[in-house]
Amino acid sequence: MAVPHPRPDPAADAGPAAAAATAPFVSVRDLTVRFVSRDADVKVINGVSFDVLKGEVLCLLGESGSGKSVTMRTLIRLLPPTARLGGTVTIDGIDVLGLPRNDLKRLRGSLAAMIFQEPMTALDPVFTIGQQIGEALVEQKGMSWADARARALQLLELVQIPSARRRLDNYPHELSGGLRQRAMIALALSLSPKLLLADEPTTALDATVQIQVLLLLRELQKELGMATVFVTHDLGVAAEIADRIGVMYAGRLVELGAVAEIMDAPRHPYTEGLMRSTVHAGMRGKVLDAIPGAPPDLADLPPGCAFAPRCRSVREHCLAVEPAAETVGPGRIVRCLRHGDDPAYAASAPLAIG
Amino acid sequence: MLSYILRRIAYALPITLGVTIICFSLIHLAPGDPLSAVLPDNAGPDMREQIKIAYGFDKPLPVQYLLWLKNVATGDFGLSIQSRRPVVSEVLPAACNTAYLALAAVLIGFPFGILMGAVAGYTVGGWIDRAVTSVAVTGVSVPHYWLGMVLVVIFAVNLGALPAMGMGPGGQSSYAFDWAHLRHLVLPAITLAVIPAGIIARSVRATVADIRRRDFVGTLQAKGIGEGRVLYHVAKNAGPTILAVAGLQFAQLLGGSILVETVFSWPGTGFLLNTAIFTRDLPILQGTILVLSIFFVFINLVVDVLQTFLDPRIKRA
Ligand SMILES: Nc1ncnc2c1ncn2[C@@H]1O[C@H](COP(=O)(O)OP(=O)(O)OP(=O)(O)O)[C@@H](O)[C@H]1O
Ligand code: SF4
Ligand SMILES: [Mg+2]
Repeated sequence: MAVPHPRPDPAADAGPAAAAATAPFVSVRDLTVRFVSRDADVKVINGVSFDVLKGEVLCLLGESGSGKSVTMRTLIRLLPPTARLGGTVTIDGIDVLGLPRNDLKRLRGSLAAMIFQEPMTALDPVFTIGQQIGEALVEQKGMSWADARARALQLLELVQIPSARRRLDNYPHELSGGLRQRAMIALALSLSPKLLLADEPTTALDATVQIQVLLLLRELQKELGMATVFVTHDLGVAAEIADRIGVMYAGRLVELGAVAEIMDAPRHPYTEGLMRSTVHAGMRGKVLDAIPGAPPDLADLPPGCAFAPRCRSVREHCLAVEPAAETVGPGRIVRCLRHGDDPAYAASAPLAIG
Repeated sequence: MLSYILRRIAYALPITLGVTIICFSLIHLAPGDPLSAVLPDNAGPDMREQIKIAYGFDKPLPVQYLLWLKNVATGDFGLSIQSRRPVVSEVLPAACNTAYLALAAVLIGFPFGILMGAVAGYTVGGWIDRAVTSVAVTGVSVPHYWLGMVLVVIFAVNLGALPAMGMGPGGQSSYAFDWAHLRHLVLPAITLAVIPAGIIARSVRATVADIRRRDFVGTLQAKGIGEGRVLYHVAKNAGPTILAVAGLQFAQLLGGSILVETVFSWPGTGFLLNTAIFTRDLPILQGTILVLSIFFVFINLVVDVLQTFLDPRIKRA
């Protein structure tokens, strides 16, 4: 269940100017997400903390099932009713997890907007592009349909859709994959969000279209100064767009740092593995699942470090003690016993993997 | 769009012709020779010859079929064996009476079925869903003539609240849409509405539940639009499926129910068919089945055309 929080009062929302300049735009603290059903209770996010500053791009990397999408969806509470949330999430001073259900529209669309992976299924097949972009403007901003349509046209032009006027009256199936994703981006931008959430927005596209859409996204993000959380499997994409990278493994953030630091000097053995697997060949298109072994079953995590069965640096100590998040430099966090100040790691015996 | 409709009508033509062939063959498939099928039992040899020539039974079959088709096209379905009146003047009023009943059943059953199904589709797995589903399954499985008799016993016999027989005062010639007549519609309409309501509820539930799981619903919620607007999207997506199921159910209701119309002595096509079967009135059987089949083809045509308006993915060109 979401931890109940008192609603922040409007005065605190605005805050003193100095505090607003330094306070992170998005702040996630000890986030936990469980999916509870009659026959299962699985903790898929297990104590994730990070900040995103205004205008900054944070990339979340990690294998399939590591919890990237769930983390992202939590930011706008877009989870099924079986989800139980813990910890705190603050966006622009708004306590996201404490927000009553009927206040969610304050959060969604105008404060934070989301771009999904598969633009074919993420758009409603029986409404035109113009209707789908326009309705948020009509519903949330009280615009007339005529004004909303004019604004939708501007947005389609902003995302560089050719013959935009004609596209307004097209249905999603009448557009190519790349155009559909551009329309999806236009839709996300329609309420001028301050936070953009992009969940693998280029994965479903052809390689050449991927680059175009990615460049467009980066350009728009810079131009509009949106804080951005960007999920990807693709290291090359991350290198291209990110200011900082967070690496997720089994529902935890195992390493967090500036993009250059993570790429050039990874500290967590999992991140090291990622970089090793892509260090020679061109980085784009390299999928992350190149580390031997499989991710653990979230319903049945072993004690100690979840990465231990696949880790080159695993020692006996790792099987007994769960590593905590250690700050190892400015803005640099690693969740690995090798980097802790616990002498027990150094003292315990190395284990062979395999 | 227009060319699509025209093409769709063109597709319906061979089906209609096929239906007429089947109806035509009915008389020739009936046991005994077709002549005795259309003759009253007490006909003498003179009459036999007369009728044989009048019906063209002396000519080859294809010629007979074409002659018959020509007559049918001009509204001449022959004479009823029992009443000696033109078949048309028996079938059309009956079809009309059945249509009243069908419309009443639609008005009662369809909104109910759609509403129940939508509520269940919104609460999948919850107790409301389970309750609706079991009510729907029961509705579909209860034999409706039995339900009709139970309703008669309760509301007509015990409570005396509603009539159980016929269409109301004055027969079909003086039919009016006043309470004196409409009260006769209530019990048979409810009886007929139960099965379509159950079928519609189940398919609306499945459709709504499926649509609510689609990715685009997440996109809609992520835009922060209201639940009402999301429901509108779900409804528009569910529209084509609901229309198809409802259209089929409506066509079946228009066909009339022999059992229910007999239980309530409702002078519709079901009642007419029942009498025709018992009196071996083949021309009536033939005419009724032909009219009902053409209804069926027509409704399917309408549903198909309506669907292209609802679903932009169906190519209209
Ligand atoms: N609605 C749900 N009910 C139960 N479990 C869920 C649900 N949604 C996600 N999960 C589980 O949560 C875990 C994390 O899923 P998530 O979608 O966040 O992974 P991901 O990192 O985005 O993976 P991918 O790269 O494949 O998109 C997975 O184990 C998944 O099975
Ligand atoms: S804690 Fe141990 S097992 Fe886990 S990543 Fe660090 S070294 Fe490897
Ligand atoms: Mg995902």
